[in-house]
Amino acid sequence: MIRKSIQSRRARETRLKIYGITSICFALIMLATLLISIGLNGYSALQQAYFKLDISVNTEKFVDDSGAPDNNKMNLFNWDGLVQSALREFFPEVKDRDEKKELFAIISANAGYDLKEIIKKKALGSGSHTLSVWLHLSDDADQYLKGRLSIDIPEEDRRINNKQIAWVNSLVERDIAKLKFNKTFFTSADSREPESAGILGSVIGSALTLFVTIMFALPLAVMAAIYLEYFAKPGKITDFIEVNVNNLAAVPSIVFGLLGLSVFLSTFGLPRSAPLVGGLVLGLMTLPTIIIASRASIRSIPPSIREAALGLGASKMQAALHHVLPLATPGILTGTIIGMAQALGETAPLLMIGMVAFIIDIPTTFTSSATAMPVQIYMWSDSAERAFYERSSLAILFLVAFLISMNLLAVVLRKKFEKKW
Amino acid sequence: MTLPLSFVFFVLLGLSVYFYYHAKSGIVRKAALLSDRTKALPSHYGQQSFLWAFIPSFLILLVLTIGGPNYIDQIFYNKIQELNPTFNESFVSLILAKVINVSNGKISTGEENIIMLAKDYKIAFEQLHFFRGLVVILCAALLGMIISYRQKPGSNAREQVEKFIVNIFFASAVIAIFTTVAIILSLFFEALRFFNLYNFFDFIFGLHWAPNVAIRTDQVAAEGSFGMIPVLLGTLLISFIAMCVAIPIGLFSAIYLAEFATPKIRDFVKPTLEILAGIPTVVYGYFAALTAAPFFREIGFSLGLDVSSESAIAAGAVMGIMIIPFISSLSDDVIRAVPQSLRDGSMGLGATKAETIYIVILPAAIPGLVGAVLLAVSRAIGETMIVVMAAGLSANLTVNPLESVTTVTVQIVSLLTGDTEFDDIKTLSAFGLGLALFFFTLLLNIFALSISRRLAERYD
Repeated sequence: MIRKSIQSRRARETRLKIYGITSICFALIMLATLLISIGLNGYSALQQAYFKLDISVNTEKFVDDSGAPDNNKMNLFNWDGLVQSALREFFPEVKDRDEKKELFAIISANAGYDLKEIIKKKALGSGSHTLSVWLHLSDDADQYLKGRLSIDIPEEDRRINNKQIAWVNSLVERDIAKLKFNKTFFTSADSREPESAGILGSVIGSALTLFVTIMFALPLAVMAAIYLEYFAKPGKITDFIEVNVNNLAAVPSIVFGLLGLSVFLSTFGLPRSAPLVGGLVLGLMTLPTIIIASRASIRSIPPSIREAALGLGASKMQAALHHVLPLATPGILTGTIIGMAQALGETAPLLMIGMVAFIIDIPTTFTSSATAMPVQIYMWSDSAERAFYERSSLAILFLVAFLISMNLLAVVLRKKFEKKW
Repeated sequence: MTLPLSFVFFVLLGLSVYFYYHAKSGIVRKAALLSDRTKALPSHYGQQSFLWAFIPSFLILLVLTIGGPNYIDQIFYNKIQELNPTFNESFVSLILAKVINVSNGKISTGEENIIMLAKDYKIAFEQLHFFRGLVVILCAALLGMIISYRQKPGSNAREQVEKFIVNIFFASAVIAIFTTVAIILSLFFEALRFFNLYNFFDFIFGLHWAPNVAIRTDQVAAEGSFGMIPVLLGTLLISFIAMCVAIPIGLFSAIYLAEFATPKIRDFVKPTLEILAGIPTVVYGYFAALTAAPFFREIGFSLGLDVSSESAIAAGAVMGIMIIPFISSLSDDVIRAVPQSLRDGSMGLGATKAETIYIVILPAAIPGLVGAVLLAVSRAIGETMIVVMAAGLSANLTVNPLESVTTVTVQIVSLLTGDTEFDDIKTLSAFGLGLALFFFTLLLNIFALSISRRLAERYD
């Protein structure tokens, strides 16, 4: 009988272990599913369908009377027409107006603009030039070439019709169109056309925002942590500060967005969509995280160090700033990195202060309109075009890779500077 | 003459640094003259001068930079209103915005009045910048000179500097209080304006949420109704689904990690779970909307159920996955905080490990575990991006997880993004929801934190 009861007790233990292992496996499988499904969605955005055009331009058209380059003339020139006539040379059979329209739909709507930018950058000398340039195909042609548009569904439900598919295929056969590395994705800002959209604008927006966040939150958090650890007299005010810090760490992030909207935007009149405001809001949000981490780090420094300094005649301030703070710095940095990673991935408060706008320019100052990487991901995954999904996924892969390396850096720092006193 | 912000700031910094060295060498000279010793190190006198020159002037700079433009806008607002007494408020603001844009060169206009005003506006700004630079630099120079003059070798500069710094430290710590107060006040006042337009009890107990207000006054549209019960119910439904996923998985993972796992497994699993915690919520939202929702829909179809494409279950399940590491790491800490002596005692009496866990450790850890779960619930309620991307917008009064529901955060986002007027009832209702959300989570947080603290005290 005892043996039986022991058996059932052991079985209970095994069951508990199995529950635990199953739970952990579930969590890990979910992590893998998440990353793999996004990876499978996104890897193809590393490539983009381009087509090659041989174009002849006469730069004498773009100079003013004195012979200096004239941007105005350049902007007024019919670049779309140039691209379109070059494309039509490949398909002389296309005559009908509607057919022409369909033909031009397989190349990017921005092709003319891109051509102008390429030629501007080349700064050709005067005279006539023939050059071959690679321009974007439209997102639908791109998705078709990547096999992302299924051609089994009826023609009228498709974004690309049979004629267009035939044209694209014939371009590919003649080696005029092919998939190349998608440089645009890394060098341009947002665009209405998926093929011209990139993440650089949002990356710089995020960088500007994070800079403000760290400049705002880190000094304040360290000062607050030192105060709370060494100078605060036990009492109601100190208790109240502690309750507030702990509670603020758990306030939903969107509430900080509402705070930013009503205080920074409507009371202080700071500009909408600006990295400055975004940085301040995220700074307020990460402040408690960094305070808590800094306090833990300061507390882990043995009191003997501070007492020795005090015993040799240092003031309380000198003991804190000259002796404890340098030793606590690695811990504080670890906490800061984790706080920054949290701020970098945060979206909701930025939606509240208008960083969700469609912005074509790469931001340059702290007050210019900008968006941030997670917001860009959100906007792209909200778009109708299939090509934006894959860009969204690729942007996620970059963001997550960056965040994971930030977190790993924090772990490595912690391990490296972890001291047993 | 224009004095840009960066120029003024660097002059201020340069002046302050100058006074640092000035005071440092000055005090040595003074002491030599009196053939006395300085009471503190010379650098302390330098620091004192630096702080005196820098901090007050910097605060003035900050106030003028933030408040100045608002003041000018107010003056021009009044000016426009005086010129055209018949215009209503929003039209005056519109003209003011035009004037500002013209003066920045962002747009051009043919209207002479506006060009005139824009010129005046530009001049006013230049005057403000000049005034700002002058005041700040003069203030720094004056204060720096006064303090250098007043410093005596006998005065204890170190004590004064340190007192000053402690006060700055205190001010940084008080920012936490200010933030909370600012959140409460801003939410409260905007919500109050909302309750002036809409009955408070209709908001709290109303069963119908449809914030469609007529955009033009002549438009025929249903009067918007703002009863928050369906929104609240949707929030609780999604949070409940999330908790059904996260609590068992998180707790069992924590128990396994704390009690059974070898150090090697622990060292691998813990950081991996932290990665799960470090993934931005927008990524979970993307996963929920594009992978999880179609998945649940297909399963539903194969079972003959009609699952909405924005079903509560997809959003809730993904949110649960997001919260697993939160619960597991908090519970892991709590379980490990239970003293080893309790384990040893139980094992010494012949209990198996599982019995020790069920009978001794979990009861001892229960307050901390409850605290962890409450914090997780608070997080689920406040979570925004997953539900914005995967849950619906229409407020259905239902507890069916296969249907589409909306949440408080989804409504706040949808009401406040896009071009909205600030005194619109729709905008204001978002602050009403925000206030409700804040108080709900605040109660949960305070309760959870006090429970956890009680546990910590019990075993200290």
